[in-house]
Amino acid sequence: MRENDLDLLRLPLPSDNPLEPPAEWERLRRQCPVSTVELPSGDKATYLTRYDHVKALLSDARFARPTAEDEGAARIAPEGAGGPAADGSSTLTLPDRGEPHLRWRRQVGKYFTAKRMTALRPGMVRTAEGLVYDMVRQGQPADLKACLGFPLPVYVICDILGVPAADRDRFSHWSDAFLNVSRYTGEQTRAAYEEFAEYMSAHIAATRAEPGEDLISMVIGESEGEGQGLTDDELLGTAMGLLVAGHETTANMIGKMVAMLLADRTRWERLLADQGLVRTAVDEALRFDANLGFGIRRYLTEDVEVDGEVLPRGTTVVCSMPAANRDERVFTDADDMVLSRSPNPHLTFGAGPHSCLGQSLARTELQVTLDVLLRKLPTLRLAVSIDELQRVEGLLVGGLSTVPVRW
Amino acid sequence: MKVSVDLDRCCGAGQCVLIAPEVFDQGDEDGIVVLLEPSPAVDLHPVVHEAAAVCPASAITIDDSH
Ligand code: HEM
Ligand code: SF4
Repeated sequence: MRENDLDLLRLPLPSDNPLEPPAEWERLRRQCPVSTVELPSGDKATYLTRYDHVKALLSDARFARPTAEDEGAARIAPEGAGGPAADGSSTLTLPDRGEPHLRWRRQVGKYFTAKRMTALRPGMVRTAEGLVYDMVRQGQPADLKACLGFPLPVYVICDILGVPAADRDRFSHWSDAFLNVSRYTGEQTRAAYEEFAEYMSAHIAATRAEPGEDLISMVIGESEGEGQGLTDDELLGTAMGLLVAGHETTANMIGKMVAMLLADRTRWERLLADQGLVRTAVDEALRFDANLGFGIRRYLTEDVEVDGEVLPRGTTVVCSMPAANRDERVFTDADDMVLSRSPNPHLTFGAGPHSCLGQSLARTELQVTLDVLLRKLPTLRLAVSIDELQRVEGLLVGGLSTVPVRW
Repeated sequence: MKVSVDLDRCCGAGQCVLIAPEVFDQGDEDGIVVLLEPSPAVDLHPVVHEAAAVCPASAITIDDSH
């Protein structure tokens, strides 16, 4: 059932405070799981809010995120606004569908095995402890997002790419310029991209000459063996892709996770009492996050049926993972944050062939953050009331602009 | 319990390995799931169910009738 145009929904949907889900989701799931919405660009799309529908469409290997070639695909933001992140990946030269995507994914994805993540963990703990130490030295109140959320993931990506620690802050700046569309002009974003490309090309050449343990060395080593590896352009695109896909998402999630756990301090106390809950608590924070951006788009290259309705080829579908994550058909007490929830098949990392390549890395970073904070700053609390928290209306990943804390 | 994995669907996310390392591993070569234990002991059933439920590719199937 569709709404008529008079009640056309506009994304983002309003909610009472930045941690609360829009009230509309519940009604949509119940009455109108396949609805029409208008995006900030003015383009219209089909909006899915039920778990089963969202999961099925995301898992459908026939469809991918829209690209410039997909005629009439709905854009998120108006022309000109938004960096590479706003429309998916305009400046990336990565294969994004079919066989080539699969090949790229296997080549790069094999770096992100559970075993490797476990091996990276001690280094991440040291980095996180160092950042918490610096935050404490600066004094309270402090912005946890700026002190820990923002630097940790970019430092981790630098380690993964084999970039020396001394250059980490340049990476932070580049990533910020790629993603922070309101703070930088198009000119500045382009300049950042050129500097980044120049830096990475030199780094790739140096890595070819003297390989190490990092992802670039691994991919280069393999490709020599198989003779069909990634080109330098693809390696550059991969590095850029990992930075863009992994930095802002994880940085925001660190901020939101800590804010959600401190918003009701009994949650924090429960974790202090039982740190064994950290793993499930992280996934529950991922599920519970209502401020996850609009959702993920899919461009239909053929007709597809959802909830008895045929969506014609050429439709752009927005899959709302955060609405699906609150679907009471799948999650009991969906509107409660249950720190021990298991299993927790949330869709925050998507599903199917495009599901987040870096999800075990992201989980590890979130777990490390929580472990370190519980251990080093057990008295942590929010320095402002929940109503004072400010949302940043991210295009792909929503977040809080700051997370002020005391300890 | 009988566990099976669909190698073509697996996207190498490694969730199964993190949750149930006794039952699942990932190939060093390709990151694709390796089933270590197709008939896991009863005490492992809960974690195997959890792994199947959260596998982003729905690549793990469980037959409980055995
Ligand atoms: C909490 C943090 C993160 C969240 C919420 C997140 C979320 C997502 C989602 C929803 C997708 C699916 C997009 C789609 O289906 O079209 C995705 C894809 C992707 N993510 Fe993440 N991500 C996070 C962290 C990371 C990290 C740390 C990395 C790597 C360093 C990463 C790398 C990627 C890549 C490369 C893709 C594209 C996969 C493909 O198209 O095959 N992400 N992410
Ligand atoms: S969780 Fe699923 S996709 Fe990930 S490695 Fe295991 S079987 Fe493969």
